Amino acid sequence: MAEAVEYKQIGTTPVRPDGFDKVTGRAQFGADVNLPNMIHGKVLRSPHAHALIKSVDLSAALAIPGVYAAISGADFPGGRLEGEAGGEGGGTMNDIAKNVMARNKVMYHGHAVAAVAASTPRLAEQALLAIKVEYEVLEPVLDVVKAMDPSSTLVNEENYTALPEKPEKPSNVANVGHLERGDVEEGFLAADVVIEREYKCPMAHQGYIEPHACVASIDERGRGTVWCSTQGHFEHRAATSKMLGKNMADLKFVATEIGGGFGGKTVVYLEPLATMMSEKSGRPVKMTMSREEVFRATGPSSATVARVKVGLRKDGTITAAKSWIAFEAGAFSGAPCMPGAMSIYAPYAIENFVVDTFDVLVNKPKVAAYRAPGAPQAMHAFESALDEAAQQLGMDPIDLRLVNAADEGTQAPYGPKFPPIGFKACLLAAKNHPNYTKPVPEGAGRGVAVGFWFNVGMQSSAEVNINENGSVMIIEGSPDIGGSRASMCLMAAETLGVDYDDVRAQVGDTESTGFCNVTGGSRTTFATGMAVTQACEAVIADCKRRAAMTWGVDEDQVEWEDGQAVPGPGVNADVKPLSLAELARKAGKTGGPITARASLNAQGAGAAFSVNFGDLRVDPETGKVDVLSFTAIQDAGRAIHPAYVEGQMQGGAAQGIGWALNEEYIFDDKGVLENAGFLDYRIPVASDLPMIDTQIIEVPNPSHPFGVRGVGEAPIVAPLAVCANAVSRSLGKRITDLPMSPPRLLDAIEG
Amino acid sequence: MVKVVLANTMVEVTGGQRQVELAVVNFRELTLQLLARWPQLEEPLQRSAVAIDGQIYQDAFAEPLDPKSEVFFMPRIEGG
Repeated sequence: MAEAVEYKQIGTTPVRPDGFDKVTGRAQFGADVNLPNMIHGKVLRSPHAHALIKSVDLSAALAIPGVYAAISGADFPGGRLEGEAGGEGGGTMNDIAKNVMARNKVMYHGHAVAAVAASTPRLAEQALLAIKVEYEVLEPVLDVVKAMDPSSTLVNEENYTALPEKPEKPSNVANVGHLERGDVEEGFLAADVVIEREYKCPMAHQGYIEPHACVASIDERGRGTVWCSTQGHFEHRAATSKMLGKNMADLKFVATEIGGGFGGKTVVYLEPLATMMSEKSGRPVKMTMSREEVFRATGPSSATVARVKVGLRKDGTITAAKSWIAFEAGAFSGAPCMPGAMSIYAPYAIENFVVDTFDVLVNKPKVAAYRAPGAPQAMHAFESALDEAAQQLGMDPIDLRLVNAADEGTQAPYGPKFPPIGFKACLLAAKNHPNYTKPVPEGAGRGVAVGFWFNVGMQSSAEVNINENGSVMIIEGSPDIGGSRASMCLMAAETLGVDYDDVRAQVGDTESTGFCNVTGGSRTTFATGMAVTQACEAVIADCKRRAAMTWGVDEDQVEWEDGQAVPGPGVNADVKPLSLAELARKAGKTGGPITARASLNAQGAGAAFSVNFGDLRVDPETGKVDVLSFTAIQDAGRAIHPAYVEGQMQGGAAQGIGWALNEEYIFDDKGVLENAGFLDYRIPVASDLPMIDTQIIEVPNPSHPFGVRGVGEAPIVAPLAVCANAVSRSLGKRITDLPMSPPRLLDAIEG
Repeated sequence: MVKVVLANTMVEVTGGQRQVELAVVNFRELTLQLLARWPQLEEPLQRSAVAIDGQIYQDAFAEPLDPKSEVFFMPRIEGG
């Protein structure tokens, strides 16, 4: 159980171990792997958003000298694939396989139709032009609400809404979510104020800087290695082997350094193609996406239409809430409709509520997880409605939330009662924060909103090896996206009682360590950290056994203090303490190398809550929004490396602000994405944002040895509504649709 | 008796029944009793997470339960 204890290593902020290699250019990212005789793969993508594939002819491409392999959907094994992909909304393996390469139908503009591998990237691109594809173009389905109409064109004629009784007719609605409690109509009758509006969020991309990239090197036996930029190399191996009908033992996957993922690198795109073409050509194949391909064909988030109604008494108590949210899934099911339903009311104790959510197919790229999948869109709607209610009631928006705030023992809308949580502590910290107590700047509006994410545990493995000099080597299987190697080293140093500088951590490949689920769900510091801690505890037990052997006493007469074995109280032995280094030097005499491992399915992840507020000003002539200040407050449970926690909070805030103010996928009426590049799809840059002020709250998670809660996802949730509420207050007019880009705001200002 | 609250997604299978009380000592016994009563729950149970006395388990199997335990089934969450 986590207790309020003073730590020596936990809570310090050493320099990140991967930083030196990254700033000196030595770090190996996905596209940095080069092998002898390596060739280059490229993908032919659909020019249509919805069309039948009548034929694919690769022969002319294969006839070009220097082209070594060409593949299409016909090259993949037939039959239905069972299982699901990792990450939220990863979808079924059967759908993922068809997303990697279309079979008889293209489902969105940019969908992969064929691929070639040639001696140079340029030759591969030329070879793509020689591939002949015959299409029968179909009407694209682009509007999520129209797509739900039973009369709509079907994206997939084999899709039936997943209900206990299979519906008679196929539909574009793949899944539905529903939660309810109490009697909402009675709750609305008890309300003094009722707010009812429709809100929209656009499809937005995760915007990781490193495009998808991999290198596959497969030998004549069909065995080999794949290096890739991934959030989970074990699950990429599983997906690739399953799609290609291979034994996963024949493939080793190596996770390279990763330049961002945010959920978008939990699923495969290129790896099965490179593996197949390497096996066909007998050469290593490198594949890298262009930025345009990343936008057109990899996981954006869901666009949503949300209808929210909330009733409150004069004192601010929420009497009833009713929500309906349609999530765009893209071409295959997997929109985060259930997490959206489960998160929308999570911060509050509400007696009467209902929420219905829908996972809806449209002819757009298949969505993938994006930080706290589903929560930003759902909570943007509800937090906007609460802000409007606070205005009508003349209440401070933090006070309104304090009246309704969930606490330990509150029954969450999704079922269980909350264990200790830090939501009220975050609200009180916000209320007393100097950025909140100061006046709102002239012409600006102040927005307040809260965020929530469940956090998860799942499976992790770790080994701890003690080197001959007593230094410590950790091998773990979780790709390091947000600084987890530093966190692992800190937790190991704390547990073993050694200096941080004596501990190193390495992400092992799929043959070097046990299975780990993807780095996602804010789970790695929690779950893999738990595995590292358990392995270190096993090292300590082994060291105590060796010390007992050395001193000629019983094992239970040895204790471990400050990195050394010491005789327990009352033990009558004239011995000197044995440090980890001394035990390691003599390991050969006491049983051989000191090493331990742990694997687990971590349970008891602690929910994360955040409170954000910001001052934003709109230029009435241009519609441009300036973010004057932004403050993020979050319960981290226990911040292992506080600077990394602050970095997660700041990064999430920047992404949320971008989604609120500028980021959106813009499609034409044929389903072609019109802004597939960073010039036209505008993410915030440093000059767009002020310093994001942070405050870490620590209400320890009792299920973790150090009290850790995940911190990576909750930070993106609140900023959408913070911005909407601030802009609405500054304009004196409720803005419901994101992004609040200059043209949209000018329209609103001009009525 | 252990109080069991089923997820909304399971209610259609149980004919509207959301809550049951079962005399069981661990989670495995609990799932076997549910399946004996509603065999169609097998797939929803496989796809569910569960909260036992407030602690969320993505993959519970044989966790011990005491007579005052509260068990809530809920959709699995993975995140990004």
